[in-house]
Amino acid sequence: MFEALGISPYQLYGQLVLGLINGSFYALLSLGLAVIFGLLNVINFAHGALYMLGAFGAYFALTLFGINYWGALILVPIGMALIGVFIERTMLKRLYQLDHLYGLLLTFGLALILEGAFRHYYGSSGMPYAAPKELQGPLNLGFMVLPLYRAWVIIVSLVLCFSTWFLIERTRLGAVLRASTENPILAQAFGINVPLLLTLTYAGGVALAGIAGVLAAPIYQVNPAMGSNLIIVIFAVVVVGGMGSILGAIVTGYALGILEGLTKVFYPPASAIVIFAVMAIVLLVRPAGLFGRGE
Amino acid sequence: MLDNAQPLLKVENLHSWYGESHILQGINIEVAKGETITLLGRNGAGKTTTLRSIMGVVRKRTGKIQFQNTDLIKLPQHRVAHQGIGYVPEERGIFASLSVDENLMLPPSVAKNGTSVQEIYQLFPNLLERKNSPGTKLSGGEQQMLAIARILRTGARFILLDEPTEGLAPVIVERIGEIILKLKSKGYTILLVEQNFRFAAKLADRHYVMEDGKVVDHINANELTEKSAALHKFLGV
Repeated sequence: MFEALGISPYQLYGQLVLGLINGSFYALLSLGLAVIFGLLNVINFAHGALYMLGAFGAYFALTLFGINYWGALILVPIGMALIGVFIERTMLKRLYQLDHLYGLLLTFGLALILEGAFRHYYGSSGMPYAAPKELQGPLNLGFMVLPLYRAWVIIVSLVLCFSTWFLIERTRLGAVLRASTENPILAQAFGINVPLLLTLTYAGGVALAGIAGVLAAPIYQVNPAMGSNLIIVIFAVVVVGGMGSILGAIVTGYALGILEGLTKVFYPPASAIVIFAVMAIVLLVRPAGLFGRGE
Repeated sequence: MLDNAQPLLKVENLHSWYGESHILQGINIEVAKGETITLLGRNGAGKTTTLRSIMGVVRKRTGKIQFQNTDLIKLPQHRVAHQGIGYVPEERGIFASLSVDENLMLPPSVAKNGTSVQEIYQLFPNLLERKNSPGTKLSGGEQQMLAIARILRTGARFILLDEPTEGLAPVIVERIGEIILKLKSKGYTILLVEQNFRFAAKLADRHYVMEDGKVVDHINANELTEKSAALHKFLGV
């Protein structure tokens, strides 16, 4: 039916899948950002740089230690979580009493330092990183052919998003997290170790960014700028979903990814700005975001 | 009344600040094991601040808050409850983002032999019916029951209750009075903040009267009638 518009179904499916892939990364990254903002009240501007660091982690693991993709998928998030612990304990912790702006400035500075350092040593051209051979080749879905690795990314990101949502909304640890987000002082008066939760949450958010980085390495090249290209879109996703809303970040991440893909099919010139146009409209109509509870 | 007993809680020369405002100005309070004590006084006398200072919610404090063998002032905030202290805050502190059941299960156990969940649901059948609804969908009275129930579950034997009857219907107030008496008979130690003097008079062994951040009078339960004139002056009733 789209032939009438001069659009082939293959082009449509192709862009849909591309949108879904981008959406997978939007969802994974904005999820981490939302969890961190919810509990720590820190707008983690370093999230993109940490995602980049995750991709470089996979690259270093392979080139320096001969650790393959599967090893990196396990080890990089652990290493990233430790980096998260370090950042939270030595830096962010000192800013909780101050305005949000200080956390944003600190993490923005961290992002600049990380990206600057990597650009200095690795240039801006990007390093190739091959998909594991188990996931190379095509996957024939009947109506279209999809690279196997892309299908894998979509599935892993869905599983991770669902697991994180489940952990926060349906488990005892999640209840403790939600209570500490809502009223940290009272949670502490009940004997909950909120400072420890803050550290673990930041570490968890950073680990998610790290996994996203490893997943991205075979798709986009490992590149010092890969995080800064993405971070602005991620912030738009978080704002549209509603600051601090877990479900909002996930749903909006995928939806905006797909919307962006569709725009590329139907009106390519708008594809670069469609997410921001949505953000502007949402801010006008529902300032708390689509899933935000508002104050 | 305290002569022979080593106090469970001994607050000595406690000063507290909210930012620059000096709220508590050197208060002394003793609570023996098994006693029910009230802090009486007008709004703004410093009663709630006293409880918050004990729990470490107010951080800027000087003096001593000796609980058993620990000075609570020296503890990080999240360690205070683990000494065996339960806190039922002003306006109940039910979490809106948690279900009734999650609210009930939230505070970590701080001692052995806490009231079991089964017993709690027997005691408060309303809570069982509403188990999965959001905590703040409960009525005020139910929220108060939940706030008390979640503390009983932790096994804390020393309970700080901040105005448990505030804004509740008389029949619920009566029910809360029964619960407090029951806890008292089971040997719980209770420090109660109340505006409702008639309610407190039926429950407490002793009363501290506070005004302007100081303890201005101390009344044993058997002195209530003779001191009622002074009390009227302080409470303005």
